[in-house]
Amino acid sequence: MLAREVLDELVKMLGSENVLTEQEDLLTYAYDATAAMKHHKPDVVVSPLSTEQVAEVVKIAIRYHVPIYPRGSGTNLSGGTIPTEGGIVLSMLNLNKILEVDQDNLTATVQPGVIIQTLNDEAAKLGLLYPPDPGTVTTATMGGSVSECSGGLRGLKYGVTKHYIMGLQLVLANGEIIRWGGKTVKNVTGYDLVALFTGAEGTLGIITEIIVKLIPAPEARKSILAVFDDVDKAGRAIAAIIRNKIIPATLEIMDNVTIQTVEHFVHAGLPLDAQAVLLCEVDGYKEVVEREAVLVEKILQEEGAVQVKIAKDDQERDLLWLARRSALPALAQKRPTTVLEDATVPRSKIPDMLKAIRRIAEKNNLQIATFGHAGDGNLHPTILTDERDLEEMKRVHLAVDEIFQVAISLGGTLSGEHGIGIAKMKYLDWEFGEAGVAVLRRIKEALDPSYILNPGKIVRRD
Amino acid sequence: MSVYNSLDSITEELHKCMKCGNCQAVCPIYKETHQEVGVARGKISLVEYILSGEMDMTEGMAERFSLCTTCMACNTNCPCGVRFDKIILAARAEAVRKKGLHAVKKIAFTALKMQRVFDFGMKAGSIFQGVALKHIPNRHSKLARMRVDIGIGTEKVFPMLSKKTLRSEFPEVIKVKNPKMRVGFFTGCMINYFYTDIGRAIIEVLTENDIEVVIPRFQACCGIPASVNGDVGSARTLAKRNLRAFERMGADALVVACSSGGTAWKHVFGELLENDPELKLLADKWAKKSYDISEFLIHQVPFKKEGLGRVARKVTYHDPCHLIRGQGISKEPREILRSIPGVELIEMKEAGRCCGMAGSFSLVHPDLSVQISDRKTSDIAQTHTDTVATGCPACRLQLQSGIENAGIDEEVLHTIQILAESYRAGKKERKGSN
Ligand SMILES: Cc1cc2nc3c(=O)[nH]c(=O)nc-3n(C[C@H](O)[C@H](O)[C@H](O)COP(=O)(O)OP(=O)(O)OC[C@H]3O[C@@H](n4cnc5c(N)ncnc54)[C@H](O)[C@@H]3O)c2cc1C
Ligand code: SF4
Ligand code: SF4
Repeated sequence: MLAREVLDELVKMLGSENVLTEQEDLLTYAYDATAAMKHHKPDVVVSPLSTEQVAEVVKIAIRYHVPIYPRGSGTNLSGGTIPTEGGIVLSMLNLNKILEVDQDNLTATVQPGVIIQTLNDEAAKLGLLYPPDPGTVTTATMGGSVSECSGGLRGLKYGVTKHYIMGLQLVLANGEIIRWGGKTVKNVTGYDLVALFTGAEGTLGIITEIIVKLIPAPEARKSILAVFDDVDKAGRAIAAIIRNKIIPATLEIMDNVTIQTVEHFVHAGLPLDAQAVLLCEVDGYKEVVEREAVLVEKILQEEGAVQVKIAKDDQERDLLWLARRSALPALAQKRPTTVLEDATVPRSKIPDMLKAIRRIAEKNNLQIATFGHAGDGNLHPTILTDERDLEEMKRVHLAVDEIFQVAISLGGTLSGEHGIGIAKMKYLDWEFGEAGVAVLRRIKEALDPSYILNPGKIVRRD
Repeated sequence: MSVYNSLDSITEELHKCMKCGNCQAVCPIYKETHQEVGVARGKISLVEYILSGEMDMTEGMAERFSLCTTCMACNTNCPCGVRFDKIILAARAEAVRKKGLHAVKKIAFTALKMQRVFDFGMKAGSIFQGVALKHIPNRHSKLARMRVDIGIGTEKVFPMLSKKTLRSEFPEVIKVKNPKMRVGFFTGCMINYFYTDIGRAIIEVLTENDIEVVIPRFQACCGIPASVNGDVGSARTLAKRNLRAFERMGADALVVACSSGGTAWKHVFGELLENDPELKLLADKWAKKSYDISEFLIHQVPFKKEGLGRVARKVTYHDPCHLIRGQGISKEPREILRSIPGVELIEMKEAGRCCGMAGSFSLVHPDLSVQISDRKTSDIAQTHTDTVATGCPACRLQLQSGIENAGIDEEVLHTIQILAESYRAGKKERKGSN
């Protein structure tokens, strides 16, 4: 429980309408979108209306040694917003203004509570685009997605969130406010703190303003779907597309388990015995798109696809994408708990990774479906289970361990886009070694010596 | 097992929820409050805490469960197909079972109180109107504001109570020459007390199409205000009374012109009465022949196109939540509007987004209701039309209230009123040419 004075000070600072203290409200901030994760109730939820108020909240927290858990829309998949030590949940949703879209410099300046899609709608009015598009574009906040360095479907051609963040305003763990970076393309003044705070999951500072890069929206796009009876052939097709110097905006893959589940769910017309489906979209100038689509079709056929379809119009395009979009929800229907991982490997290792996951599923007698962003090596092995079945959950944890081991041994990484949070903290030394983990800790302690900001995430406190 | 009987009935629905948060994108309440408890995911988690025993059903819980317009937008946007409409009804019914009606007294009471005020108003006639409601000058209709705040604020605009109720204005059976069918008209409270103009238009259009109209005198409130707030007992009593009233008079079909009435006859009566075999049978029988008026005119009649006269109106159409999502009706009213000569239909942004009325929701959460309504009003203003059509008197009230408060000149009508206007214009045109 919090001391009475803390609540009084928070109410005095923010007004009672922006401070939630009743059990019934607090309980709804005890979880996020992460499956099979213990929930924890905060002591209070506050929604500041300005950067200065954020700074004041931090100062109150320091004074009373209360942890702060920043929160956007709570859609992250690594337990990043769960207030494991109680304390203050800092909801950023009332800081939700688009401050500027600058057509001359191709930038936008936004507050952290802006929803990604809202920024995109604004940019689209000027023919511009903010490319990072996690599956949650219509719900996730800019602050949350910068803090997770979210990826999405367009990673292969357009990169991920970090490639679009040019400047930040931050409230540090001591309550001071700093700005770093800006609207200039070039900037080597001092250490690159913008890069450091992007993907920091709210453990180093609180983001209160973001300057992002926008690009001209592509003029046209075309989707192509290919069905394979063999995972290796699909892998070779991915390599062949890239080798032919085509960089699709998206290149997605679904394995057999996913295909079967999705097909039963939405009847998109996928063959049930297919071993892999590739879904590719090229975009750009109309003429280029036409040429590339035909080329991709030819490559897919040469690499042994049993079926190739090009969408003729937007309606057909939506139909092709229906299957991919339905992958996660369809899988989530099969069993009560859906453990979604995002281990990532170099693109050329995708077939190896898919086969390894299949082996791990068989060995541990589990249902694992895999789909994901084949073009950038970011796979989503998804374990279908029931968190109430403790014996099965043991096998789930074993399988997750093995998936991470394989990913790292193939030259990959624990997480491509969902972040470390609580979920993957214990695996960090597999990837970095003890010396690497110590570096993380030294950075954390340099910026937040008393572990006020999002404690219990990424860096373990000894 | 029906959602009205036990929380256990929804455990499957709860399991389906993967906490992805997609419902945030469409929830009208969350859009205004930015608080997790406003969105489906938040309320689902509260039900889960109750079921797991971590939290009791408190009055605070009941209050949180009142934070929902039951607009069903989250249902449609949920990738996992969670039927949140079922979850919220079950949670509210449980709140009343566990805490008694007094737990939701603020909710149910205000609704009840309103009804009593209106009943009293009907009896006292114009004297009451002068005392409680302040007349607002309006070109289109008789509107009023509450003079005294009876717990719902004085912002809300009401239509003046009608001098005579619709049901006392007409005989129980309205005969036509050579009837092609006999149709029961369930008026609902709002059309009976306030918007008798809608009721008259329905009767006009039906008789114009050679349909005999039956308006059973003993029909009652549809009971939705009670059932959505968890007052299952009252809802059951009303369901029985309505079924018996229509069964006694008999009809080939039943039509309604409000979205809650349609939901009640098509779905809710059967669910409420599932443990009463005899009445359940009756409910199912009537459910099969119950239609929203626009659905009925398009698919069952179909309505006469000859004789439609010119109506010069620029119209935008607002989809009532319980028509578009509750009953899958959105094409039919538009088809009717498009078939009227002179009507130009201009779509507003997100025509299917909740207007914030939601029956007693607007009485319990007046401020929120007005915030949601303001978004709607500004979308309407951007269409530069002169008329808003909709399919539900409750939405009509909310839209009128928003438009009045924003000072825009726009008439709000039920779709069928415009159709009736067109038949009338047709007659005039024919007279003129004779
Ligand atoms: C169905 C589904 C699909 C998804 N698809 C993708 C996908 O394709 N690609 C992908 O990358 N991710 C995906 N995600 C994960 C998730 O949507 C993203 O990580 C998202 O960007 C999180 O945004 P949020 O606003 O919900 O942040 P939250 O979950 O609220 O917070 C995320 C982290 O950021 C911190 N934080 C939030 N705001 C601030 C701030 N202002 N300052 C400092 N720290 C802050 C929090 O403490 C937390 O650690 C998916 C999730 C779901 C449920
Ligand atoms: S969209 Fe559906 S599954 Fe997702 S949190 Fe909302 S109710 Fe649950
Ligand atoms: S029914 Fe409407 S108001 Fe209620 S939670 Fe769902 S979206 Fe929100």
